Amino acid sequence: MRDEALRIEGVGKLRGTQAVLSDVSLVVHPGERVALLGHNGAGKSTLMKIVLGLLPATSGTVAVTGAAPGTVEARRATAYLPEAVAFHKSLTGREQLALFARLSGVAVNVVGALLDRVGLSDAADRRIGTYSKGMRQRLGMAQVLLGRPMVALLDEPTSGLDPASRHELYAIIDELAAGGTAVLIASHALTEVEARTERIAIMKAGRLVADDTLARLSERAGLPTRIRVTATGDQADHVAETLGGTRVNGRTVDLLCQSNGKIERVKRIIALGDAVTDFDISPPRLEDLYRHYSSETPQ
Amino acid sequence: MIARILAIAGTEFRIALRNRWVLTATLIMVLFALALTFAGSAPTGVLGVDMLTIAVASMTTLSVYLAPLLALMISFDCIAGEAERGSLALILSYPVSRAEVLLGKFVAHLAALAIAMSIGFGAAGIVTALLGGAGSESLIALLRLVLTSILLGAVFLLIGYALSSLSGSSTSAAGLSAGAWLVFVVLYDLGLLGAIVLDNGGVFTQRIFPWLMTANPADAFRLWNIGAADGVAMAAGLSGAASALPGWAAPVSLLIWLPLGFILARLTFGRVEP
Repeated sequence: MRDEALRIEGVGKLRGTQAVLSDVSLVVHPGERVALLGHNGAGKSTLMKIVLGLLPATSGTVAVTGAAPGTVEARRATAYLPEAVAFHKSLTGREQLALFARLSGVAVNVVGALLDRVGLSDAADRRIGTYSKGMRQRLGMAQVLLGRPMVALLDEPTSGLDPASRHELYAIIDELAAGGTAVLIASHALTEVEARTERIAIMKAGRLVADDTLARLSERAGLPTRIRVTATGDQADHVAETLGGTRVNGRTVDLLCQSNGKIERVKRIIALGDAVTDFDISPPRLEDLYRHYSSETPQ
Repeated sequence: MIARILAIAGTEFRIALRNRWVLTATLIMVLFALALTFAGSAPTGVLGVDMLTIAVASMTTLSVYLAPLLALMISFDCIAGEAERGSLALILSYPVSRAEVLLGKFVAHLAALAIAMSIGFGAAGIVTALLGGAGSESLIALLRLVLTSILLGAVFLLIGYALSSLSGSSTSAAGLSAGAWLVFVVLYDLGLLGAIVLDNGGVFTQRIFPWLMTANPADAFRLWNIGAADGVAMAAGLSGAASALPGWAAPVSLLIWLPLGFILARLTFGRVEP
């Protein structure tokens, strides 16, 4: 068995009589990036706060590198990026980061290098009140990098960021994971976590409804792969008839098939010869999967 | 532990300086202290005490209102506001205890209050001493006023943290703090006064009232300053209540409020879910 950086086992949380989380189990290994998906209110943030020891779980156990949440050992091992974090606006980026360094017992002289790493060295001595949303988020990421955490919990790290900033942020996350940190990313930005995580966990109304690799999730869901064929001239009707697809417009035909029937379909497309000029294969998107699993009622 | 408390204290003090809290509070103190000193300087000859003594008596009355107000103003937002902004969750995810966070903020805010109090009362003291002269007794009274005002402020900082922890948002924390100020500084005394009138000089007035009065930190502060110096008591016209109690009662009450306030703040802060 591999080492476990984070083990969540049968965690439940009641607020009053309402269950916000019920029986959630999830394991994250060192160096693994796991996406935690779900609607607002599905329980992602609550789960993170329980792992951080900020909220007590009503039932179940959590172990952060073997330690109970909230213990000094667990807090040393964990880094956290809250959703839309607001730092104090009259402090400079350098001062804010220096405070976090002191609190975690890390030498304050790493602050300059970290600010440089997230591209904030020019703004380091400006007040956070003058920062853009992207800059604040990068400052938040800089404090995640402090002290090389074993577990990083990132709550909506890219919400409200432009594509370039997102890209940079994911580059930093990749670096963290490459260094052996277990990364759990809560998000509803489905398309971007698709390529950036090894495993996907989907939450719905406080329950974990899926936890697997993207490939296996799509296989289990049995969602169709779509092949879009472009026909030559007036051949669209002929192509649609022969392949059993539906015409989208004058030249394009859509075919749906299971992922194991893909090769067979492609052979038939090739056999049409000059009647076809092009085709595109799109496997089921994460959006489709997400919709599938989050509408499925758990047994 | 000390390093973490100091790290938080340093940051909080810097914030208090940057958002001009220290400057504003100091200006308020200086203005009110000077105004009261001059307004209260008329009856010097009648009472036969030096001008600084009169000034200390006036400033004691001022401080009963102003020290709790300034303390609550700086403390009411500091838990509820941070919880709202999400920065509390982040700081508590670091290996720092809630007691350390609380102590760090307390040290910074206390330093800010101490600066405002010392400069405000000090300026009034210097002006009065230059104008009307000051004896060693009145200088000690001034020093006592400054130190007890800081102590009174400290108690209300802790009460402010407790109220801030109890309220879910900074708006409701502001409301609660205003209410607390009104109760401690105005309504409590009015209630006691009403009880005395009803009691008509009976057991309550003789035995219970002085102790009830001392239990309120604002009144304990007043009694301490008035009870300790005859001249001040005479000038304040409150020697009756002060003499009904042993001399240690008021100082002990105010000093007990410190750990009591801290425990209260720590317990309520412990219940905050960031």
